[in-house]
Amino acid sequence: MPLSGLEIYKLLPKTNCKECGFPTCLAFAMKLAAKQAELAACPHVSEEAQAALAAAATPPIRLITISSDGRKIEVGNETVMFRHEKTFYHEPGLLVRVKDTQPLEEFEEVITKAASYSVERVGMKLNVSGFAVENVSGDPALFAERVEALRARADLPRVLISKDPAAMEAALAKLQGTVPLLYAADKDNWQAMAELAKKHNLPLAVRGQNDLTALANLVEQVKQAGLEDIVLDPGARGPVDTLISLTQLRRLALKKNFRLLGYPIITFPGEGAASEAEEVVLAAQHIAKYGGFIVLDRFDPATMYPLLTLRLNIYTDPQKPIQMEPGIYEFGEPTADSPLLTTTNFSLTYFSVAGEVESSGKPCWLLVCDSEGMSVLTAWAAGNFDAEVIAKMVKQFNIEEKIAHRRIVIPGLVAVISGELEDELSGWEVLVGPREAVDLPVYLKLWHT
Amino acid sequence: MPVTVETPTEKWTGSVRKVTLGATAEQGGTRARTVTVGGETTLPFLHFEGKMPNPPAIAIEIQDYYPEDWSPLLKEAWGEALKDPAIWAERAEGYGADLITLRLRGVDNEDNETTPEEAATTVKNVLAATGLPLIVRGPGQAELDNELLVAVAEAAKGERIALGLCEGKNYRTIVAAALAHDQLVISSTPMDVNLSKQLIILISDMALPLDRILMDPTTGALGYGIEYGYSVMERLRIAALTGDTMTQQPMICFVGEESWRQKESKAGEGVPEAWGDWAKRGVTWEAMTATTVLHSGADIVTIRHPETGEIVKGLIGKLMAGS
Repeated sequence: MPLSGLEIYKLLPKTNCKECGFPTCLAFAMKLAAKQAELAACPHVSEEAQAALAAAATPPIRLITISSDGRKIEVGNETVMFRHEKTFYHEPGLLVRVKDTQPLEEFEEVITKAASYSVERVGMKLNVSGFAVENVSGDPALFAERVEALRARADLPRVLISKDPAAMEAALAKLQGTVPLLYAADKDNWQAMAELAKKHNLPLAVRGQNDLTALANLVEQVKQAGLEDIVLDPGARGPVDTLISLTQLRRLALKKNFRLLGYPIITFPGEGAASEAEEVVLAAQHIAKYGGFIVLDRFDPATMYPLLTLRLNIYTDPQKPIQMEPGIYEFGEPTADSPLLTTTNFSLTYFSVAGEVESSGKPCWLLVCDSEGMSVLTAWAAGNFDAEVIAKMVKQFNIEEKIAHRRIVIPGLVAVISGELEDELSGWEVLVGPREAVDLPVYLKLWHT
Repeated sequence: MPVTVETPTEKWTGSVRKVTLGATAEQGGTRARTVTVGGETTLPFLHFEGKMPNPPAIAIEIQDYYPEDWSPLLKEAWGEALKDPAIWAERAEGYGADLITLRLRGVDNEDNETTPEEAATTVKNVLAATGLPLIVRGPGQAELDNELLVAVAEAAKGERIALGLCEGKNYRTIVAAALAHDQLVISSTPMDVNLSKQLIILISDMALPLDRILMDPTTGALGYGIEYGYSVMERLRIAALTGDTMTQQPMICFVGEESWRQKESKAGEGVPEAWGDWAKRGVTWEAMTATTVLHSGADIVTIRHPETGEIVKGLIGKLMAGS
C-alpha cells in the first residue's frame, strides 16, 4: 500500500537540511507521496526508512510479464476494485488454447488464423494476445514438437500447460529466449515445478482447488523455493464460484495487502461452461472482473471481436475519453457544394460517423466540434454541443470560406437545437440528420444543395 | 506456520428496494404471476457477504407494429409473430421471458400516428395473450408519450404495469397516470449518478411510493459506451448499498435496443471479414452487453433475440446458485 505524505515524513530525518532541494522534510515527503521526487535525493535517510519505503512502494498485485520474440503480455499492478475509482491499467491477455493431441493440420490452422487475426476499432488494431498449448497426450516429445510448431507459426506469448515437469522441460528447450508462463504447480508437483521455473527464470502458475487458504499456503511454499513471479488459478470454474474467487483475491490484495495472494489471475472460461456461448459470456465476466490471463478454448472471429471490444471498453481510462482533434475533416474530395455534417469529438462518435460517411461514397465535410470528448447526447446535456458551441466552431474553422452553400446537418439526437442554431448562424439553414450514424448513407443519398 | 485467509467481506448498510411488477387475480389483476426484483444487500452475485433474494429478470421486447427498421436477424428469428404483438408476446413467454416490454412505435406501418385508443387496444390484446407482467414504453416523443401512456395506464388498470420512460423534461403526466391507475414508472436519465438521484426525488415528490419506481441508468451497447453505463451503474449500486436512499431503485437496462441498432448487429454485408459470422456476432453482441450490465447491478434486462434470452437465462441461473 502506498504511504501518505505524513507517513513518509515520520520516516525522514526531520532536520530540514534542504539538501534534497526542497525547503523542508515535510515538503519532500509530500513530493515523494506524489511520486514527484526520489528518495535517493535525501543523503541522510536511514536504512530502516529505506526498507520501509521500498516495501510500501511494492505494488499490491505483482506485475507479471510473459513474452515471445516480439510481443509481450503484462498483467498485474492494478490498484482499484472499480474502474471509476481510477482506472484499470493492464488489460488481460486473451489467449487461445491448442492441444498436442489435435491433428497437426487442425493445430496449425487454428494457430495461423488466430495469430493473423486483426480487427480495427476506433482507430486501433486489436489482436489475439497469445496461445496456451496443452500437453494432453502426456508425451514429452510430442509436446515439444507441437510447441516448436507453434513457435514457427506465431510470434505471440505462450502458456505451457502440463502436469509433468519432464514434458515442460522438453518444451522449454524449444522456447529459448522467450518467457512463457508455466501452468501449473499444484499440491502434488509444486516442488519440481518450482525448481524448473527457478532454473529457467520463468513465471509459474499455482493452481488451487477453490480454497484460498490452501492456495495461499501453496504459494508460500513456492515462494520459499525462491520464486517471485507467480500467477494464481484459484481453481474455481463455474460462473458464480469464479466471480467470487476473483473478487476475493482482488480484495485481499488491495484492501488487506495480503502479499501471498497479490498476483495476477489466470482463468479458463471454457472449463466452467456448458456451451460455446456460455464460454464467451464467462470470458466477458473475467474481463470485467479481474482476470489477468484468459484462456479460450475456441477461436472464432464472431466472438473474439466482441471480447476484444469489451476489453478495450473496460480498460479505457474513465478520466480520459479517447478524443479526436476538433476541426474540419474531409471525406472523398469535397467541393464547395458538398454536404457539411457536424458531430462531437468523442472518438467513438467520430469513428461511427466517419465509417458511415466513407461507406456512402459521397464526398463530405465533417465539422468535429470540441465537446470535451463527449458523445452527442451527453455533450448536449452538458452544454458542450449546443448552438453556441457549433456556431463558434463554424467561425473558428473558417467554414464559410470553404463552402459555398449555407446548410449544416446536425445529428438527429439534437434536433431541438436547430432553431437556436439558425439564430446563432445568420444566413444558414439547419438540417436535421438521422439519429444514428448507421442511417447516414441513406440520408446522404437524398442530400442535394 | 500455515496462514489462514479470512474471507474479505464488505459491511454494507443499505439495500436495494424491492419492486413488484404485475398483479394476480387475488391482487386485482389478471397476471398468472408477479415478478419481484431488487432486495440485494451486496454487489451482484456475491452471495458470501449478503443477500440477493431475487434473480435478475429477463424482459423480451415486442412492438405494436411491424419493426421494419430492425435487424434482419431479428426478423428471421421471430418471423410472422412480428406482425401481431399478441402472438409475439405469447412466443416470448414460450421462450422463457419473465416480463414483456411493449414498445409503442408511435406510428403504424403506413406512418399514421398511433391514437390513444389504438395503444389501449394493443395493451389489452397483449395482456390477454400472456400471463407475464408488462412494461410499456412510449415512442419517446414527449407529447405523444403522455397521450398514449395515460390511455395505456387506464386500459391496464389493476395490472401494475411499468410505464416509461419518465425523463427530466417529461415525467409529470406519466407519474400522474401511474398514481391514478395504480401502476409503476421507469425513471430514465442519461448516464449520470446525480441526474438519476434528482429525477427519483422529483418523482417521489409527486407522492408515488418508491417501491413503484424502476431506474433506467441508460445502457450503452458493447463498443458504444458500455463502459460509461457500466461505471455509472457500479457507482449507483455502491451508493445504494452504503445507504443513499434515492439510488436504491432496481435498475432496468434496455440492452436489446442498444445492441441491435449497432452496425455489428444490423449489417451482414460490407463489413470487415474480421467481424466473423453475422448471426453469431449479433447474438453475442447482445448477450455480452447483457452479461456486462448484470455484473454491474442490472435487475431487469430487456432483450430482443430469443437466443440471447436462452444464454442469459442460463447464466443467471448459475450465478444465482448458492444464493
